[in-house]
Amino acid sequence: MNSQPSQNYGSNSGFQNAPAPRQDMEYLCADCGAKNEIRSREPIRCRECGHRIMYKKRTNRMVQFEAR
Amino acid sequence: MASSSSSQLPPSVFNPRRHVGVHAERVSDVASTDFPGHYPGEDHTWSLARFKENLTVSVKRLSQRSVEFDLVGVDASIANAFRRIMIAEVPTIAIEDVFVWNNTSVIHDEILAQRLGLIPLNVDPALFSPRLPGDIPYDRNTLVFQLDIECSRGAKGAIINEYVTSGDLKWVPQGEQESVFGDLVPTATNKDIVIAKLRPGQVINVELHAIKGVGKEHAKWSPVATATYRLHPLVLLNPSKPIPPHLAQKFASCFSPGVVKVSPDGEVSIDDRHLRKETMSREVLRHKEFEGSVELKRVRDWFIYSVESEGPYAPEVLFPESIKVMRGKIAAIRAAAEALLADSEGPDAGAAAAGPDADGDVEMEP
Repeated sequence: MNSQPSQNYGSNSGFQNAPAPRQDMEYLCADCGAKNEIRSREPIRCRECGHRIMYKKRTNRMVQFEAR
Repeated sequence: MASSSSSQLPPSVFNPRRHVGVHAERVSDVASTDFPGHYPGEDHTWSLARFKENLTVSVKRLSQRSVEFDLVGVDASIANAFRRIMIAEVPTIAIEDVFVWNNTSVIHDEILAQRLGLIPLNVDPALFSPRLPGDIPYDRNTLVFQLDIECSRGAKGAIINEYVTSGDLKWVPQGEQESVFGDLVPTATNKDIVIAKLRPGQVINVELHAIKGVGKEHAKWSPVATATYRLHPLVLLNPSKPIPPHLAQKFASCFSPGVVKVSPDGEVSIDDRHLRKETMSREVLRHKEFEGSVELKRVRDWFIYSVESEGPYAPEVLFPESIKVMRGKIAAIRAAAEALLADSEGPDAGAAAAGPDADGDVEMEP
């Protein structure tokens, strides 16, 4: 009731257990929205506009909520 | 115009025992007195014949979404029970589970889910059984909707799908639902409810599971927008202290429009047909000159219900539905009482101290 997202019934895909394959992390520029890769020891800076704020992408997993 | 002398109200309304007094800063005679033993020498035992004689139900106004009806001749506890049942215990279908695949709108997932839950759906709850916690969803207890919408920029800068409305919900039939519903495609009762506003590039993709429930669990399952009652107002003029003609207009303006009629020669009378419109503002009690010439009352057992339907039910069927729920409760109590009676009259009623009885209750040793 209060723990959201709560458990989902069944094991429809089993993605809970499978570790996501290590792929290049893409971030979105807060200013222009362009996709950027961030690598270690490199300044965090948008390649398109030079903005220094990045947003992490939303998970592509399903999230369950109670409509309350 | 009806003549001022012929009253539209039944004469029993003027019985002072049925009156609740409305005074400047208090109300009086709130509790009913028609129970055995209150008036010496009078028979007030409950009888079905007398109850039938006094009971009146009449619809006064009916529209697509609301109904106003009178229920006369019952105790406040019964009237209130029906009001509460209409709000909290008549079942409907509402969205309960929201599976968010994507939501890049400015509305957070939690808020979006809550807004989706509050959308009234036009599905007849009789077709469904409730899904209790732990139950597996299947076609007789769960209704599935899909909301998959993306905002984009069209020709000449027009924004497509700027508003996500309840009309964008797509029903996904499960199992036998397609044949059960036929042409009655489940949708929102109102297709213009704005769920979210989008900008070009924003996406909402959610799957929704609607289940049957009642308003006491969550208000989203309440079939009514509001269900209220009020007592019928009554304005009694004192014939021994009439309103002077030069004050007639001032007197009339103390009441809701239409309640007080003023004849051409300044005589004041009450229009019974419009009496129910009286708001009981008590304005008339503020003026010294009207003191003693008028009394404000309400009829204690005359309930004017106002019910606004906001779900699958037509407004006029909500009251019968609440009676159905009430009868179900009474049947349950009756069965329990009879079981209790049968238990106490059982063959080994006295010697039941040994083991637990049918309910698992154990008699303690003295």
